This record gives sequence, C-alpha cells and structure tokens, in this order.
Amino acid sequence: MAAEKMSLSKAINASLRTALESDPKVLIMGEDVGKLGGVFRVTDGLQKDFGEDRVIDTPLAESGIVGTAIGLALRGYRPVVEIQFDGFVFPAYDQIVTQLAKMHARSLGKVKLPVVIRIPYGGGIGAVEHHSESPEALFAHVAGLKVISPANASDAYWMLQQAIGSDDPVIYFEPKRRYHDKSEVDTAAIPGPLHAARVVRPGADLTLAAYGPMVKVALDAAAAAAEEGKSIEVVDLRSMSPIDFDTIQRSVERTGRLVVVHEAPVFLGTGSEIAARITERCFYHLQAPVLRVGGFHSPYPPSRLEDEYLPGLDRVLDAVDRALAY
Amino acid sequence: MTVESTAARKPRRSGAKRSTTARDAKKQPEGQTELVQLLTPEGERVEHPEYAIDPTPEELRGLYRDMVLTRRFDAEATTLQRQGELGLWASLLGQEAAQIGSGRALRDDDYVFPTYREHGVAWCRGVDPTNLLGMFRGVNHGGWDPNSNNFHLYTIVIGSQTLHATGYAMGVAKDGADAAVLAYFGDGASSQGDVAESFTFSAVYNAPVVFFCQNNQWAISEPTEKQTRVPLYQRAQGYGFPGVRVDGNDVLACLAVTKAALERARTGQGPMLIEAFTYRMGAHTTSDDPTRYRSPEERELWETKDPILRLRTLLTREGLADDAYFAELERESDALAKRVRDAVRAMPDPDDMALFEHTYADGHALVDEERAQFAEYQASFVTAEEGI
Repeated sequence: MAAEKMSLSKAINASLRTALESDPKVLIMGEDVGKLGGVFRVTDGLQKDFGEDRVIDTPLAESGIVGTAIGLALRGYRPVVEIQFDGFVFPAYDQIVTQLAKMHARSLGKVKLPVVIRIPYGGGIGAVEHHSESPEALFAHVAGLKVISPANASDAYWMLQQAIGSDDPVIYFEPKRRYHDKSEVDTAAIPGPLHAARVVRPGADLTLAAYGPMVKVALDAAAAAAEEGKSIEVVDLRSMSPIDFDTIQRSVERTGRLVVVHEAPVFLGTGSEIAARITERCFYHLQAPVLRVGGFHSPYPPSRLEDEYLPGLDRVLDAVDRALAY
Repeated sequence: MTVESTAARKPRRSGAKRSTTARDAKKQPEGQTELVQLLTPEGERVEHPEYAIDPTPEELRGLYRDMVLTRRFDAEATTLQRQGELGLWASLLGQEAAQIGSGRALRDDDYVFPTYREHGVAWCRGVDPTNLLGMFRGVNHGGWDPNSNNFHLYTIVIGSQTLHATGYAMGVAKDGADAAVLAYFGDGASSQGDVAESFTFSAVYNAPVVFFCQNNQWAISEPTEKQTRVPLYQRAQGYGFPGVRVDGNDVLACLAVTKAALERARTGQGPMLIEAFTYRMGAHTTSDDPTRYRSPEERELWETKDPILRLRTLLTREGLADDAYFAELERESDALAKRVRDAVRAMPDPDDMALFEHTYADGHALVDEERAQFAEYQASFVTAEEGI
C-alpha cells in the first residue's frame, strides 16, 4: 500500500480496481472496456477479475451508455462509464445535460446520481478527427455537473476514487497524451479536497494556471523562464467545475500577473471565466491584464497541424513575456 | 379471436368518399388480426387465445372508476389551465384505457418511467394527483418522491426515459429481484434514437423492461405516418423481442397484455413492446390547436370507440353497476375535482432561495458563492426599507 511509481493510465486502472473491490455497487461500462481493456488499455484485466456483470461491454451507442447508467444509478448502482474518445461524447450530450445534470434538482434532492463519465481528451497523439478535442467548457457550463481533470498519476488515482464516492455526476477528463507519464502514487495517503487547486511550483513574478495535459507544459515553461531569471508560479486547477478561485486569487495577489493555459479554444473557454473572475477579485493587485493561451476558434486540425494549434512552450513563454512587459 | 370495430371498418367499405375518412381508414391497423381486443366498442366481451382475462365484477367496476376519476381530474386540470392557474397542461383525454389498463397490471415492486402525460398511470401508482400539477403550475419540476411510489418523475425530453427504464431494469436483474420495469413513450418518441438504443440495450442484456407505446396517432401535428413506415409494434422484431398491438381504448386488453408482458419480463424472458393503438382526443397540450391539422370527422370516429363508454355499456348490460353506483361515482368525481382545484390555488410559490437548492448533492463552491451574493442582494432591500 506504500507509494509506487506508476503511469497515469495504470493509476486509473488501479483506482477502478480499488473501487470495484470496495463497493459491489460500482460498475464499469463502455465500449471495448472488457476483453480488450479499452482502446487505451485503461480497464485492462478488470473484466477478467470482476466478471462481465461488473465490467460491462456495451453496444456502440453513447446515449445508451449514459442513459442506462442513469437508470442503474436510480437503482442504487454507481456506474463509471467510459466514453472512448472526447469527440464521441456528443451523442450522449443530451442525456448528460438534460437528464444526468438535472435529475437531482428536478427531484428536489430525492434521487442521487453517482455517475462518473470518464473521457480521454485532448490532442498531441497524432490522431484523426474527433479523437483530440477538449470539450470541458461545454460540461462545466452546465449546472449539476462537476468537471475535473488530473495532471499526474497520483491525482488520477485519488480524484477518480473521490469522483466515484461523490453523489453528484462527475465528468472525469483524462489527459490521454499523459497516459504514459509516470509519477509517485501513494494509495495509502489521505487525499486533499477534490476540487482544490494546487500550487505545483512556487514563484513570485507571474502565475501560470493550467490543468490536465497543460500542467506539464506550464511547468516546462516555468523552468525555461527561470533560466532567464523569471520566477513563475504554476497552479494546477484540477477542477473546472467548481473552479477553486480562492487559490488562484491568493497566488495572483502575490504575483500580480496571471496567464491561463488550456488546449481548448480560448473563446468562451475555462480561461475566459478565470480571467473575468480574477479581474473582479484582484483588480487592484493586477499589474497586467489576464492573458489566455489555448486553441483557436477552428475545428481541431489534422494532426500534422496540431503542434501549431496546441499551446506549446513558445506560445506560453510569449504570453508570459507579454504579461511581464506591462 | 380479435374483432375490429364496425365503426373502423365502415369508411373502408364505403369506398372512403371523404378524404378525411380515407386517411382515417388508412390509420387503422394493417393486419386486423394483430390487434388484441377483449372488449369491443359496443361493450361486448370477446376472447383472445393468448390473452385471456377474467376480471371480477369488483375489478371491472374498479377499472371503470379509475378511468372516470382520471378523466375528471384531467378535465379539471385543463380548466385550471384555462383559468390561468396552470401554465400548461398535457391532457390524456381518450387514453384512459391504455393508462389504467397498463397501470393496473403493475405490482407494487415494479417501477414505472412515464412521459409527461401518464396521469392515469400515476393514479394507479398512488401518486396524489395534486402532485402532478406542480410542474404545470411552475412551482417545481416534479412534486413527488419517485421511490415512494416506484413512479419516476415525468420526463419532458422525448424518449429519454426509455433508457433510464432499461438501465433500471438492468439493475433489477443484477439484484436478482423479481420485478419488472414499465417504460412509457409515444408514437413521436418512437423516432428518437434513445428509444432505438433502449431497444438494443434491453435486448442485449435481456432486461426485464416492458415498453408501452401509446400510439395516439399524433405527435403534436405530425401523424404516425411521419414517424414510421411499418406498424410500430413490428419494430420489436428487428431487435429480437416480441411486439404486440393492442386496442388502446380497451382497458381489458391493455390490462391483460401488459400483465402478460410484465410476467414475461419478471421470469427472465426479456423485454417486450406493446403498442396501444389509441387516440388523443384533445390537444397535444393546452398550447396546441389540433383544428389546424386534423378533421372533426376523425375525432367523431374515435368517439365511437370511447374507452369509458364501452366499459359502462358492459357494466350496465351485465347488471354489474346500477344507477346508484354511477351517481355515487359522479359525486366522487366532483369531490376530486374540488380537491384538485383547491390544492392548486393553495400551492405556494417556492422560496427565492430554492434557486440554490438541490443543484448538487455534495455542494459546489460556485453555488455557495452565488447563494451568498443573492442573499446579500435580497437583504439590501430589507435594509433599505428599514432605513425609510
């Protein structure tokens, strides 16, 4: 039970295994999650050990997966469903938005819907269309849903445990290009609050806020900036609904500058909300406007162009320089 | 032996002189032998080889009472909408037999997933009818605890609940429970992907769910022909489970077929589709104007198949109910209508702070922040008033 170095995908697998072991009401559902172990092998070995009744291969119908998960939750189960890729969630979007998100409120709290929807998301793996999107803002905008994304193996393990334990529906975005990144996971640790942001690198001159796959880019940017004598603080948001504005605020009150980085299009994205709220909260502390770095207002491009579309080290450093120039 | 009503046959025999009746004739079932009927529009009992039923006189009177009270409740709600007490009402007028027949087939431990028109089924489940009116008055989105009556909240998005029913039924099977799930939807919803997916999932997992489609001929202004090119009950075959068309205005046939389907599901034989061939006598909702899209003749034709009238004919002819019984039921109807009227008018608006309740089970920082801001804003008015 001690700390162990494992990849982010293995941490999710371990987390699912722990959940299946500790609560007989937990179910895994999705396309190819059984014998294949998922197209990313995240559910590898689970059906073998827990059976087809607990780890359920479903028909290829996303609305059906989420809609039946809702019914199972109404019966007292805790389904953890896998949507194979980010761009495939939209057939289920109606069930998620009109039913899953609202049923607790509709019933005046009488029914609970502990459904977790795992979605491998984001680009950088050279995939074809619909396999690299970052639709988190579309879910964070919907009241009734919680939206989270781990950036490392430890968070991947613990945040999924906490999501499964939550009585609210949780959209759990997995940064697929970080699946193979390894880090320490202490499965005996006591995790912090699920929706708390975390300062992952302290600094004095500027705050970089990121989540999921972009935390690594932000940390790399901070390290590169340090070589030029700039002290960058990096905050891993971890949760996009709710967003821990208090932690960002405390950081910005120290540094006076904020740059938000995410893969999703900048327009009306998570960064827009953070820029607006932090401007309200930190108006007299800000020495520069809050800047955002992210995807463009275009469909996710063919993979040969994705390095231009995705925020990389240079685009992040450029924004850092612009903010520091004020 | 099934018997199709003479009223339905007439237009076809007469050569369909009027275009409206020609269409009416076309809307009748293709293969008449497929329509399960146990009580003709003339109030005569007929036999069916697969779906025999032998209700006691008390049960027959009970079904009649259910239908009469449901119709009266529905009429009162329509009136309350016209009087401005409800924002909207979705009338079930004409569908009493489909709802009471199927609803009375249920056992207490079965679970129901309705649309927004299943007032008669709610009645059968013991949901207080006044609780159905909250969402139409605009004070809540569903005013009952689904688990108290095993009757889920009304679902407005068409067909969504068929998947919830299927998932719930998968859970029933996992629990090893001896219960079934009954999912309601309409002819319009049969076009939705969710209904197709619920057929797929329920068949693949052999879920104990019965799909009860009330084909009331119209999805707002769109006729069934705009939803399907084959009779709806035949859809089931392609998914690998049986489908049957029942006379939806025949309460006995609806009861018998639903009972059989639920029993089938409970004993591990999987899902079944029942198409109750019926008619929505009123508008889709009080916002709708059916005179724009259908003829008075069509409604007149279906009035000859009235579900309540035909059972009353049977009760009277066989001496199972007398004038005193009908008079007493009338008094009971009046009392129900008054109770509903009074309850609606007394229904309080929700408290302002209810805006922030129940969005999440575990709480949410943004909701907390907005609740506090709104409370402060509200309090500022009190302070201002106190200042004056």
